[in-house]
Amino acid sequence: MALIELKNVIGGYGGAPILNGVNMSIEQSDIGVIVGPNGAGKSTTLKAIFGLLKVTEGSIVFQGEEIQNALPDRLVPKGLSFVPQEKNVFTSMSVEENLEMGAFTRTDDFRPTIEWVYDMFPVLREKRRQPAGELSGGQRQMVAMGRALMSKPSLLLLDEPSAGLSPRYVLEIFEQIVKVNKAGVAILMVEQNARQALAFASRGFVLATGKNRFTGTGPELIADPEVAKSFLGG
Amino acid sequence: MNELIFFFNNVIVGGVALGSIYAVGAIGVTLIFGILRFAHFAHGDMMTMGAFIAFLLMLACQALGISVPFLPTGFLVLPVAMVLTTIIALGLDKGFYAPLRKRGAKPVTMLIASIGVTLIIQGLIRLFFGSGTWSFFESETKQLIRIPVPLEGVTRTINFTQPQVLMVVCTAVAVLALHFFLTRSRLGKAMRAMADNPDLAQVSGINTKVVVRVTWIIAGSLAAMAGTMLALDVQLKPDLAFNIVLPIFAAAIVGGLGQSYGAIAGGFLIGFAETAAIFNWSVLLRPIAGALPFEVPATLAIVPTEYKLTVAFVILVVVLLWRPTGIFKGASS
Amino acid sequence: MIARRSLTLFAGLFVLFCVIGWALGAANISLLLVQSFAYALIALGLNIQWGYGGLFNFGIMGMLMLGGAATTFISTPIIPGFWGSEGPLLLGRALLAFAFGFLLVWGARKADRVGIRGGWKTALTIVAWAAAYIIYRSQIDVAAAYIEATPDGWIGGLGLHPVLGWLFGGVLAAGAAYIVGKICLGLRTDYLAIATIGISEIIRALLKNMDWLTRGTLTVSPIPWPTPLPQEFQASGTPITDSFIYARLGFLGLVLIVLIVAFFLVQRAYGGPWGRMMRAIRDNYVAAASMGKNITSRQLEVFILGSVLMGIGGAMLVSFGQIYDPGSFQPINHTFLIWVMVIVGGAGNNWGAVFGAMLIYITWMISDPVSQWLFNGISNWSTDLGWGAIPEIQSRASQMRVFVLGVVITIALRYAPRGLIPEVVKREA
Repeated sequence: MALIELKNVIGGYGGAPILNGVNMSIEQSDIGVIVGPNGAGKSTTLKAIFGLLKVTEGSIVFQGEEIQNALPDRLVPKGLSFVPQEKNVFTSMSVEENLEMGAFTRTDDFRPTIEWVYDMFPVLREKRRQPAGELSGGQRQMVAMGRALMSKPSLLLLDEPSAGLSPRYVLEIFEQIVKVNKAGVAILMVEQNARQALAFASRGFVLATGKNRFTGTGPELIADPEVAKSFLGG
Repeated sequence: MNELIFFFNNVIVGGVALGSIYAVGAIGVTLIFGILRFAHFAHGDMMTMGAFIAFLLMLACQALGISVPFLPTGFLVLPVAMVLTTIIALGLDKGFYAPLRKRGAKPVTMLIASIGVTLIIQGLIRLFFGSGTWSFFESETKQLIRIPVPLEGVTRTINFTQPQVLMVVCTAVAVLALHFFLTRSRLGKAMRAMADNPDLAQVSGINTKVVVRVTWIIAGSLAAMAGTMLALDVQLKPDLAFNIVLPIFAAAIVGGLGQSYGAIAGGFLIGFAETAAIFNWSVLLRPIAGALPFEVPATLAIVPTEYKLTVAFVILVVVLLWRPTGIFKGASS
Repeated sequence: MIARRSLTLFAGLFVLFCVIGWALGAANISLLLVQSFAYALIALGLNIQWGYGGLFNFGIMGMLMLGGAATTFISTPIIPGFWGSEGPLLLGRALLAFAFGFLLVWGARKADRVGIRGGWKTALTIVAWAAAYIIYRSQIDVAAAYIEATPDGWIGGLGLHPVLGWLFGGVLAAGAAYIVGKICLGLRTDYLAIATIGISEIIRALLKNMDWLTRGTLTVSPIPWPTPLPQEFQASGTPITDSFIYARLGFLGLVLIVLIVAFFLVQRAYGGPWGRMMRAIRDNYVAAASMGKNITSRQLEVFILGSVLMGIGGAMLVSFGQIYDPGSFQPINHTFLIWVMVIVGGAGNNWGAVFGAMLIYITWMISDPVSQWLFNGISNWSTDLGWGAIPEIQSRASQMRVFVLGVVITIALRYAPRGLIPEVVKREA
């Protein structure tokens, strides 16, 4: 059974729907990448999964349970986590406090998880007492991912993790994402650097005007001449 | 030396007392602004309401003959008054602010709603208590503490009242408790997180409704404390609120809205500024009058006493124009 | 649809005024009408600022007080004792000191022209402010003490026609609004609210304590009317009750003319290019700014224009009441009341503002007698039950109107957030 399955999801912010029937399915071992032109509903899909906008039709099934329109404070304990594209750290709080906030819904001891995150992003251990607002863009992205991992999610949603980073850091972040996935967390991410991201994606989705246009593994999509021509810039 | 003690009694003691009241009130205003993102104008009335609740409880205690030696009954009943005010504050939120929040109302609408709440509380207080003045020390005496200074030629004593000592103690306890709450507890950190970035707080799974409730609990209990302290220091009257809410906003803005430590500093700054502005500085100049190139006038205050409250407004306006984010921005974050 | 609704609402208001007029008598209703039309003018002023411009002015009270002070100064009789004394000379010196202080501060602020920059300039500005303050105080304190020691105790007025006083009220309010607007309009909404309320409290403190100018808490009375007073009708043999009605009707006519003229101008401005631009700025100032509109000076215009109406309205109220008592001005009665009028009536719609002003004013005024009647009823009932009567019914009842006002505004925000006669948003097809 798939970890999460979106069936014909339609939804928006109250006006005309932005999602016009999105279908997706992710397994526990997958890295899913959503690509597509601006306004295709990529980020909106993630927000729909995370209950941040209204789903009017269709269903989102996570671990066998329908979760459409459930709010984040219910979804986080179920094993979903979301890293927004912008403003994704608490700038006035220390790195460690940021991580603690990620564990807000947990009632058990989360010290081991903090250590696990520090092992994954060693630079954060050095900066644990520093306010997150003082870190560099790449380090902030690690804090944001670390915060999201603190709830021990089975699915991590990432909204353009490489946005605004210099090319060197883009690769580094992608490496970190693969590392997180190897640790047993399924990933579903939206990415502008489509070619680079699809290269390591086990599931790729090309969205346009709020609908699936192409679906396949990452390499399959890169190899598809039509996808390459229309969505990957030739 | 006598002149210095006079200065100490008037400016320092008065400033500390007033500053404590402003600081405790301003923390509430600043927390509500940080979490709920609007200027809560009804805070002064919440303080007055808390003071009147404490007053009623005191009357009840006296009627029942409950008293503790060396402690004014006003302080004895303070914890109960804080709890009751908190319950009312939560009710006000549920009745007036929560429905607007749910609709996604703008901060301005919330501000206007808080004016409505001001009017309602104000009207109810006046309905029940009239517009007269009440005192916590009708049947008890306000103890004056005099400390003689062991120096030759010094005749004045350092004077302050017992409520003033207790006020400072209460303020210190409240501030310390708040500090540990905000830096050590899970909910306190969640409050800071929500003030910092509400969307991310929601995404992290922080239950924003609980945080809002905690905010009202802290703000409501501190309002009751500040109001009762003010009533114990001066007197209790229904229009206490309006004279106090603006200096408190001044304190919160001077400290940077949303920043608790800034609010405390701002409160003391405004308190000292008010007492220093109306102090007759010629008292301090008189002993050295011979050395001065000009004649010392009989009264030399920065502003006449009638303008005491105006000092806070002037500071407020100057800070708003010069540094609207507060003068401690950068130091405290 | 809104046109039909507003017609119904105004018809209802007319019936309400008729019923209250029938209950309280023609003399009382003519008094209420004059005051509610004056408030309508003030509400129109706030509607320009908030409804058109989105500017949150919490300092209405300050403008009303300035208008009142202006009409007091212009229209009360000349005091020859003052003009014959040294008072004018001393005041002249204080004025010179003020001008000198102003120049000092102005000079310090331009100090960068001669190469003084950064921290030095700030220090110089602070020193200049302090020096200006000391110089001004050294002159004004002497003048004030001298004038307050004269037999009359204040400078009196100019003995001119009250309508000139109203105009001067508008001018004074415009001047104050220019200064306030210049320094505050860059602030965001809630800060602007707090800044304006702070400034209006400063204005109140000044007018209340400048006894030489306004007599402060001693109050100035009687202030002349622009139209014949009841006493003048009585002198020509009119019965007392009728004389009040005639006199008030005369005053009412004048107020109505001012209101209608102001309404016509404001309404035309709203529909014209200026109004369109204002609404564009209110709704999206970033977009408006990017289209090359000078937002700050447009907002300053709107702030001054609204304040002028408030100043005139405040002057009319003081003229009508015949007494200037700076201690009687309260933020509840003179700032929040107007806000409730505009919010309940419908911000952005002039008809709404006028309707709200009249409805809220009448509600405000009759909540006192109505609650008195209610309390008397409850009191009788509780006396019958042996629980005793309610003490001090009269003073309690007069506090009820504050409560009623609070209830009305919260209900309006909850169930009709855009007001009873909301702004008509025209959409391009």
